[in-house]
Amino acid sequence: MAAGRPVRWHIAVFLAPAVLVYTTIMIIPLFGTLNLSLFTFDAAGQRVFAGLANFRTLFGDPRWSDAFWNALGNNAWFFLVHMLVQNPIGIALAALLSSPRLRMAAFYRTAIFIPTILSFVIVGFVWKLILSPIWGIAPDMLDAVGLKALFAPWLGKEEYALTTLALISVWQFVGIPMMLIYAAMLSIPDEVIEAAEMDGVTAWSQFWKIKLPLILPSIGIISILTFVGNFNAFDLIYVSQGALAGPNFATDILGTFLYRTFFGFQLQLGDPHMGATIATAMFGIILVGVSVYLFAIQTRLRRYQF
Amino acid sequence: MSIARNQGTLTRSIAAHAALLTWTVIALFPVFVIVINSVKSRRVIFADPLALPTAETFDLVGYQTVLAQGDFLLYFTNSMIVTMASLFFVLLFGAMAAFALSEYRFRGNLLMGLYLALGIMIPIRLGTVAILQMMVATGLVNTRTALVLVYTAQGLPLAIFILSEFMRNVSSDLKNAGRIDGLSEYTIFFRLVLPLVRPAMATVAVFTLIPIWNDLWFPLILAPGESVKTITLGSQVFIGQFVTNWNAVLAALSLAIVPVLVLYLIFSRHLIRGITAGAVK
Repeated sequence: MAAGRPVRWHIAVFLAPAVLVYTTIMIIPLFGTLNLSLFTFDAAGQRVFAGLANFRTLFGDPRWSDAFWNALGNNAWFFLVHMLVQNPIGIALAALLSSPRLRMAAFYRTAIFIPTILSFVIVGFVWKLILSPIWGIAPDMLDAVGLKALFAPWLGKEEYALTTLALISVWQFVGIPMMLIYAAMLSIPDEVIEAAEMDGVTAWSQFWKIKLPLILPSIGIISILTFVGNFNAFDLIYVSQGALAGPNFATDILGTFLYRTFFGFQLQLGDPHMGATIATAMFGIILVGVSVYLFAIQTRLRRYQF
Repeated sequence: MSIARNQGTLTRSIAAHAALLTWTVIALFPVFVIVINSVKSRRVIFADPLALPTAETFDLVGYQTVLAQGDFLLYFTNSMIVTMASLFFVLLFGAMAAFALSEYRFRGNLLMGLYLALGIMIPIRLGTVAILQMMVATGLVNTRTALVLVYTAQGLPLAIFILSEFMRNVSSDLKNAGRIDGLSEYTIFFRLVLPLVRPAMATVAVFTLIPIWNDLWFPLILAPGESVKTITLGSQVFIGQFVTNWNAVLAALSLAIVPVLVLYLIFSRHLIRGITAGAVK
């Protein structure tokens, strides 16, 4: 600040409440958690510094590492399903919505976004009902088209449960990529589209050659939001499969693993230090993902200024 | 040629409607299943889940059970208080900080912006362990205050990010005219700038209130007590207790959908405008 200028107190006043709340409730606890992962209880129940021993246990000791790698692998698959199903469907819906002179666009947009606003409790329960082999709307519907043989209790089978939950999550959240891509497509200037049409570039090739390159930055943002959201997921698995993430941990992801470890379940006691260790590992994974995006991907995306 | 072209457009528009309609049906079908079955008698729910309620099968027994249970109104009030209070603080504090970052040049501006944006990428959930210890230490466990504090912190980063993008576009002539007229910086913010960024506030409101209303994690951990339960946690517990009383469960779920749906419909008019100008650029 230049000498002689009065101190501009209003800047501090404007910033203070947000910075204060954000720092106390978010940043300090985050570092508190990272810090806690370096400690453990000794035989007498005292908290002692343990260095990186907790991490060695988590990654190397079979009692912990089996569960950890299982959860990490499941989480990676959960993310992959979202990238391969949710985002392409979202982009396709947005492309359809943004086609010129489409009637009822506002209706479709609002309706397709509705699952996103529902709570996981509702989503988990209703899909369990629909897929239930007993009450069975799904078996009846498959029966009606003569495909009853295809039905299986998807949520109860180890080999299908995780994919089924991932697809339920896709169903719920497809509205987010749709909205963001739709907004990006609306912000493409009409002149660009008109110029393309003059040159005879329409429909399919217009989408691939003109619109898609222009919305690539938005696709990048959606990918990273999906990544952060998926590696932080917990609720859907918890409400539909419980904290044990059954059948036989087939749907266990990092969020449910963290919950079980920190708070305990059934006969296992909660362990704050291992819980903090898992949270730190998740922090590391998310940080690596975000850094890869920011430094390796985002800097290479070409941005177009209109 | 023009006829052929029109036909092509027509086919394409029919195909677009067909695809969008298909996904709309997929999106709304589960909600439809909950709502129609919540007003049917128990026997028909099981016998014919997809049938619409008729005069004979119409039955509000589920809603009667839920409302007689009594706690639902309390849960609903708790959710409303927590969501509205958090939303208020996120919008107020977020707009103030966004104004400071976008309006004034001062040392550390960029750094402060990055610091506040960190929270968009790093989920607050990872700090749960320490947040719980802090709330225990300050005696805030099982209070709505704890939830409001956490949700305010959670919502601020995105709010500041979107709102400061918007405030950069507010004409500086207007603000300078205000300064020449002798308005204080606070008056300029509250009287001139805030009314102009209302669409952005609506976008932020939607993105803030949906995760708060639907959150299960923090109510489960910080405020599981009966008197402070939110409706999301309440309906999760209710499903566990009434697992065989399907009328009641379906009615409870239908009731839980209504408030968030209403809030979404109120704010969503501004949603696209807000995203276009802010978040995606």
